[in-house]
Amino acid sequence: MTRPLLHISGLCKSFGGIVATDHIDLEIRPGFIHAIIGPNGAGKTTLIAQLSGTLIPDAGQIKFNGHNITSLSAPNRVKLGLARSFQITSVLLPMTVLENVMLAIQGTDGHSYRFWTPIHKDHEMLDRGMTYLQMVGLEDRARYLAAEVSHGEQRQLEIAMTLALKPRLLLLDEPMAGMGLEESARMIRFLAGLREQTTILLIEHDMDAVFSLADTLSVLVNGRVIATDTVKNIRANPEVQRAYLGDDHA
Amino acid sequence: MGWIPSTVSGRCYCIILFFLAGAPWIFLWTNQPFLLDLLCRGLILAIAATSLNLIMGYGGMVSLGHAAFIGIGAYCVGIPAYYDIYNGWVHLGLTVVVSAIFALLTGLVSLRTKGVYFIMITLAFSQMIYFTFVSLEEYGGDDGLVIYLRSEFPDFLTMQGPVALYYWIFSTLLLTLFLVHRLVHAHFGRVIVGAKHNEQRMQLLGFDTYRYRLTCYVISGVICGLAGMLLGNFTGFISPEMMNWIRSGELIFMVVMGGSGFLFGPLIGTGAFVFLEQYLPEFMKFLNPSWLEYWHLPFGLLLVLLVLVGKGGIHGMLSKLDSKAQQSSK
Ligand SMILES: Nc1ncnc2c1ncn2[C@@H]1O[C@H](COP(=O)(O)OP(=O)(O)OP(=O)(O)O)[C@@H](O)[C@H]1O
Ligand SMILES: [Mg+2]
Repeated sequence: MTRPLLHISGLCKSFGGIVATDHIDLEIRPGFIHAIIGPNGAGKTTLIAQLSGTLIPDAGQIKFNGHNITSLSAPNRVKLGLARSFQITSVLLPMTVLENVMLAIQGTDGHSYRFWTPIHKDHEMLDRGMTYLQMVGLEDRARYLAAEVSHGEQRQLEIAMTLALKPRLLLLDEPMAGMGLEESARMIRFLAGLREQTTILLIEHDMDAVFSLADTLSVLVNGRVIATDTVKNIRANPEVQRAYLGDDHA
Repeated sequence: MGWIPSTVSGRCYCIILFFLAGAPWIFLWTNQPFLLDLLCRGLILAIAATSLNLIMGYGGMVSLGHAAFIGIGAYCVGIPAYYDIYNGWVHLGLTVVVSAIFALLTGLVSLRTKGVYFIMITLAFSQMIYFTFVSLEEYGGDDGLVIYLRSEFPDFLTMQGPVALYYWIFSTLLLTLFLVHRLVHAHFGRVIVGAKHNEQRMQLLGFDTYRYRLTCYVISGVICGLAGMLLGNFTGFISPEMMNWIRSGELIFMVVMGGSGFLFGPLIGTGAFVFLEQYLPEFMKFLNPSWLEYWHLPFGLLLVLLVLVGKGGIHGMLSKLDSKAQQSSK
């Protein structure tokens, strides 16, 4: 078996009395799409926050590509190739769609202590920005403000920005949240196409999406991983059905 | 004619700059040395306000201690002058180095905090340096220092005489505006602006926002220090009063009144502030002599009104004219 790209062991995090992450052990192998499902408040976003470095775990260890990154700052994790998207759209609304993607390119492209040349004259970066927008089908929205485009388009932009970070591991927190049926279907196809390029940790409520995309699946309930297995086995697991999927999925 | 700005606000700023370029000659012809003085003071404050706009308007760092840099710049002229060192390059070098060090040291600490805490810490630092200078008896303490001669730049441009000094100030303002303009549109500025709107997102795009902000803070401090150096030369008298936190508060007002986060906002904001401060008392006296001492009341109300009514300050109001013009031409 190949070495895991991400290795989480004994991760714990509580907020006052609420245990949001309860001794989580998890391995994600390179090239896989690993999904995490779980009811509202199970601790999925909290887990992503600890992986991306915005929340410091109370205990446990996170290893990425062999490095212990548990106490590494968020920007430095990004530079190692760990990028996340947000459940609640988190783009820079007063900037244009293209500017948003260009910022993401800037973020992993050496430093930005460049004080003189206007960014709109950096043709190389403009081109690269447009490439990412084309990937998600937003090229004709490039000059609009991020605040002006639709919610679905903001979700696409969110993905484009995350991709522009050239991640080795993509942490996607409910990328389909708030999307219409058609938009979701397009996003699923798009994510399926990313399989060759990067490893993905996918959090998603949409079961169709999870079942069609994921190679492996973990079920998170009350901060604990109650099962990790292939999609097929999880669907057949009676404990999981009781805890989360409900009878209609059986 | 491509070089004429297409917007109302752009044209206004163009006219203002042309006026400022020729102002000394107008005031000399019409024999109004006082107006030239007023303009000098206004433009120096506009440089300081523009530097504050860089961190506050573009970067979201509201500092209530920015006047400390004005004081530092002024004392970087005053203290050497006290020892009969009038070489302007020395003054300039000192101003840049001391402002940068002060900005770096205070920024290292204060930029760890956000919002109200940042306001309080910058205030605390500026009061610290204020009281330090109050206690420096050697350099006049509370009473300040008189600077008998202006900075000398041998074999370069002289600062002697009101017109020469005015053009020093005016060109420093132009340079500052140009620098800030380039800065905020360059890669660096995009990071600063991005961090104002969503710092966490910027960190998760790989930016160490703290360091970028610190760099921005130092640049802004140095520019404000230069304004102080000019102010020391202009007034010929410096005292700790220049770095009083009230001065810092006024700088915030100038920026917000003119339009925070817009290049020319601080310039027009400062213009409006200095004008009101100068002529409102006279106007009150004209209405009723006994009202003179209450001029602060309408002054404050006007400031609040300007901030509330014109969201985006005076620049915001001018921009509204633009959108109206666009709509009616459609
Ligand atoms: N900053 C915080 N302070 C206090 N409690 C928090 C904080 N963040 C999360 N929690 C709590 O931790 C638990 C896990 O929250 P989390 O957002 O990780 O759930 P989730 O699985 O992402 O849920 P959802 O499906 O609704 O997105 C919840 O009970 C939540 O109320
Ligand atoms: Mg969540």
